[in-house]
Amino acid sequence: MDAGKLDALKEELAGHGLEATVSHGLLVLELEPGALPETAQKLRTALGFDLLLDVTAVDWPQREPRFDVVWHFYSTRRFQRVRLRVKVGAADPQVDTLTGLYGSAHYMERECHDMYGIRFRGNPDLRPILLYEGFEGHPLRKDYPKHREQPLVPYRK
Amino acid sequence: MNADLKKPAPPLEYVTTRKDEIIGWARKFSLFPYPFVTACCAMEFMSVSSTPYDTDRFGAALPRFSPRQSDLLMVVGTVTHKQAPVLRRVYEQMCEPKWVMAFGVCATSGGFYQNYAALPGIDKIIPVDVYIPGCPPRPEMVIDGIMQLQDRIARSRHPIVNDRF
Repeated sequence: MDAGKLDALKEELAGHGLEATVSHGLLVLELEPGALPETAQKLRTALGFDLLLDVTAVDWPQREPRFDVVWHFYSTRRFQRVRLRVKVGAADPQVDTLTGLYGSAHYMERECHDMYGIRFRGNPDLRPILLYEGFEGHPLRKDYPKHREQPLVPYRK
Repeated sequence: MNADLKKPAPPLEYVTTRKDEIIGWARKFSLFPYPFVTACCAMEFMSVSSTPYDTDRFGAALPRFSPRQSDLLMVVGTVTHKQAPVLRRVYEQMCEPKWVMAFGVCATSGGFYQNYAALPGIDKIIPVDVYIPGCPPRPEMVIDGIMQLQDRIARSRHPIVNDRF
């Protein structure tokens, strides 16, 4: 992405977020948890970021707050990407849902809830999507034991 | 003169054999596989079942997509814990006699998947008759596996009426 477009985008998002950095040619905004809906709303309506590509999280077991929740947006008009990042603590890992703005957020938030146990406040349906009912724990957290299995069918002797 | 006497005698009127031998011979050449295909091994399965490798030469070509009509369960690819109940049910729906082939290293032992998601080998939940290692296996290995299974079918007992016959 050329530097001029990146600077223009940075300018448009001035005032949003704690810190703006550039990583691999895309703008990364670090946000306060409460600022997420407003920033996403601006990306969606004012700036033309019409695709929500991914919702995921990063586990930093030694750090407090422990999780980064990460959203990737893409604009099919500006051909630009933005990454939003919010830190949440292990005691109550909650952020606001984006399902009101992006339909694709439904499934991706469910997956993130499966894998990391992040709760998306306002998502109407956080049932397991890749895991199954009764699965204990969150397998992509670093403290999930690597070999722990939770079989649905009892093993043969 | 009697017209029957002019006809040449039929070359073979009857044979004698053992019951298990003839049934085993018939069964080993009519393996109807049920392909339980879950992952990338499917590509190798396609290659071994079509020309030039062609499992039809061994009577194991006609895939039946109903477990009730098949007698060889080919588990091709990784099976996850979430899928395990499905595999178990498919196996239970098959009629006797039935055989199971673990196709590829994932079905055999879980392969390089050792995590929360993958079943470490289908023999944890259903009995397996022939294992084919490889990631994916060469078609020759699959054919070798089918031939070993055929030998085993030919050598085993085939009770058809009760335990004694």
